[in-house]
Amino acid sequence: MGASYLANEYAPIFVFILIALGMGAAPLVLTMLVAEQNPDDEKLSAYECGFEAFEDARMPFDVRFYLVAILFVIFDLETAFLFPWAVVLDQIGIFGFIEMMLFLVILLVGYIYAWKKGALQWE
Amino acid sequence: MSWLDVAMQGGIWALEILAIAVPIALSVAYITYAERRVIGWMQIRKGCNRVGPAGLLQPIADGLKLFLKETIIPTTANKYLFVAAPVMALVPALVAFAVVPFGETTLFGFWEETHVMAIANLNVGVLYVMAISSLAIYGILMAGWASNSKYALIGALRATGQMISYEIAMGFSIVCVLIMAGSMNLSAIVHAQAGEYGFLNWYIIPLFPMFVVFFISGCAETNRSPFDLPEGEAELVAGFFVEYSGMWFATFSLAEYAAMILISLMTAIMFLGGWYAPLPADFPVVGAFFDAIPGTVWLLGKTSFLIFVFIWFRATFPRFRYDQLMRLGWKVFLPWTLSWIAVIGMATYAGDISSNLTWISDVIGFWQPWR
Repeated sequence: MGASYLANEYAPIFVFILIALGMGAAPLVLTMLVAEQNPDDEKLSAYECGFEAFEDARMPFDVRFYLVAILFVIFDLETAFLFPWAVVLDQIGIFGFIEMMLFLVILLVGYIYAWKKGALQWE
Repeated sequence: MSWLDVAMQGGIWALEILAIAVPIALSVAYITYAERRVIGWMQIRKGCNRVGPAGLLQPIADGLKLFLKETIIPTTANKYLFVAAPVMALVPALVAFAVVPFGETTLFGFWEETHVMAIANLNVGVLYVMAISSLAIYGILMAGWASNSKYALIGALRATGQMISYEIAMGFSIVCVLIMAGSMNLSAIVHAQAGEYGFLNWYIIPLFPMFVVFFISGCAETNRSPFDLPEGEAELVAGFFVEYSGMWFATFSLAEYAAMILISLMTAIMFLGGWYAPLPADFPVVGAFFDAIPGTVWLLGKTSFLIFVFIWFRATFPRFRYDQLMRLGWKVFLPWTLSWIAVIGMATYAGDISSNLTWISDVIGFWQPWR
């Protein structure tokens, strides 16, 4: 499980990333060369329904998206703890199981708090 | 190892990768065809049937048409992000296939032992797929932001909110599979579902609720109907790729359909026994016949069926409202999957708590090869 293991196991993935980049970029470059390009001002303006865009489109958006992102970080971190725990559950036995349940109960309290506060409510 | 060896090895890898990536791109084209035909039949009409026999050349004609369309980059857009976004969406969708095992082979007896047909048979395969497939969100967010269009921005925000919400339920349902299999290696998870009882050994039996949660979450992750709010053609015209034209737009579709294939493959591997036949080889009448079919055909057959279910969903269900979607993810799936982890864990150790409850551990132990 040393450096050579990592190199052998993960090197094909780097080759794959390079090939996927090529597969993604090649059609985009080719289409610009092959297809007839005939741009004008109207065509290149941002899409808006019926009138010209008179302000920047980066408007303020609902704070709930931010709240969802914060909650996601907490629970995804929990998943990150659960993954290795689930794999070694056969070795750590009932002690490890109870310990993780205690951890989950603490998170459950936070989850109930978020629910009661209405953080999960989308109106 | 000389440079020649390195180049040889790299060339072999490149061939293996192309042998997987090119069929994925082609099957994406024909899934669009299948989608139109299947939905057509479900709505008692014909679907595309003009180009070629039974419309079979339609995806090629579509691809050619998109390829010959003009490229439009809006003047108000952030040029670099706008150009990078489609590639950024496609690369993770393809690279995630690197760890997927497509079956086992001895190359017709050429090798002594059986090899798993995966480009990189990582011991953290499940984690890799979760990590890489969630990178696709950057492509969507970049597209929505760089377009500098309100429709695109709202579409990208919706897509992000929905993908991260359902990723949690997805992660928890995978944890249940990991408890049963005791490994994150995808081929080890398939091996854990081998046995003399055919489909009874598959994880869909003890983990049926998790199978449902995983598949529906996958539907939401790939922005498929009925969770296609980010695209919502009625109010957002096309969502985050409204400003993209021709091949650039097609690249996003390619990424979406590749993600759909990936979710179907993962469901088949983790819950439907991967490349194993549903009935044991000594089953009367059909057992020997099922055993003769190669494992890869079984795996791809299961995957095709799940892709059909995706299309079936689209033809059946009306679109969700955004608050309903968030409620399903956070208030239904999350507590449900979390409690199921506790239930599976408790069932595993019930025998250690009281000797009267050993039978529960024995029942669940049927699916746990590490016991």
